[in-house]
Amino acid sequence: MIDFLMQPWPWWFSGLVLALIMFLMLFFGNSFGFSANLRTICSMGGAGKRVKFFDFDWKKQIWNLVFLLGAVVGGYITSEFLSDPNQAVLISENTITDLEALGFAAPTSIQPAELFAFEAIFTLKGFLILAFGGLMVGFGARYAGGCTSGHAISGLADLQLPSLIAVVGFFIGGLIMTFGIFPLIF
Amino acid sequence: MKFIKYLIVGALFGIVMSKSEAISWYRIQEMFRFQAFHMYGIIGVAVVTSTIIVALIKKFKVRDMAGNPILFYPKNKSVARYLIGGTIFGLGWALSGACPGPMVVNIGYGFMSFGVIFIFALLGTLLYGVLKDRLPH
Repeated sequence: MIDFLMQPWPWWFSGLVLALIMFLMLFFGNSFGFSANLRTICSMGGAGKRVKFFDFDWKKQIWNLVFLLGAVVGGYITSEFLSDPNQAVLISENTITDLEALGFAAPTSIQPAELFAFEAIFTLKGFLILAFGGLMVGFGARYAGGCTSGHAISGLADLQLPSLIAVVGFFIGGLIMTFGIFPLIF
Repeated sequence: MKFIKYLIVGALFGIVMSKSEAISWYRIQEMFRFQAFHMYGIIGVAVVTSTIIVALIKKFKVRDMAGNPILFYPKNKSVARYLIGGTIFGLGWALSGACPGPMVVNIGYGFMSFGVIFIFALLGTLLYGVLKDRLPH
């Protein structure tokens, strides 16, 4: 049991847990959609006074903010108690080769130090990557009306065509970035 | 105290996203390069299982814990907003290796750089709110 918890979890088990989470959110009388929190936080910060899109009763979204807080706690619990910090992500050899050609060393932990080490924040290129990445995710999620949880899981599970279109968009963007833009910036 | 269940389920989400390595930039790269089944397996199992759950909820008119019917609302019909918005989201997802959930899980995991990504995701949301009426939907 402890061994199972400490090792990376298999895809099928993780997929089942995500479905359980989606069900629990419905059972609690809400739904699984993470990026709505970004709008809620803008509203909490007073954006509703100037922009109509943020003028709503954010207190009705506290449940989702608590879920967000839980997600932070879950990340902390995993890194502190449920993982080996030196466990490299077991990505395929082909990906390692492709990323090496772009200047990334083979994985030694869960994230590449080249992009996410604390020091990367203070280099111009490192900061711009973090900033533009976040900006596009936040802008795109709201424009598309949802992110991976709201569209790819909740929306597809309800067989909603708009969610399928959004997921196609996620992949168009991801492929343009990976094959079109990465060779230019790395 | 009515919120504590959300804290627990949120923590379960944070743990499963980290333990499945779905919060890893490497895994997102591997996915967009179609070089492993891992991410497709996670999302595929989640979607197929969730689809069955939603179908059963509708068929048996399952109620939530407060006794209210569980309802599903159809999203507005459009192509432009989902395709353009989705594409911009995908560009950011591949670059930062994180969608909004994994961003905060990574912060909890100890990667402060994801705090920068999260702040800019808030700014991106703000920008959308400001420009909303001028964008094709």
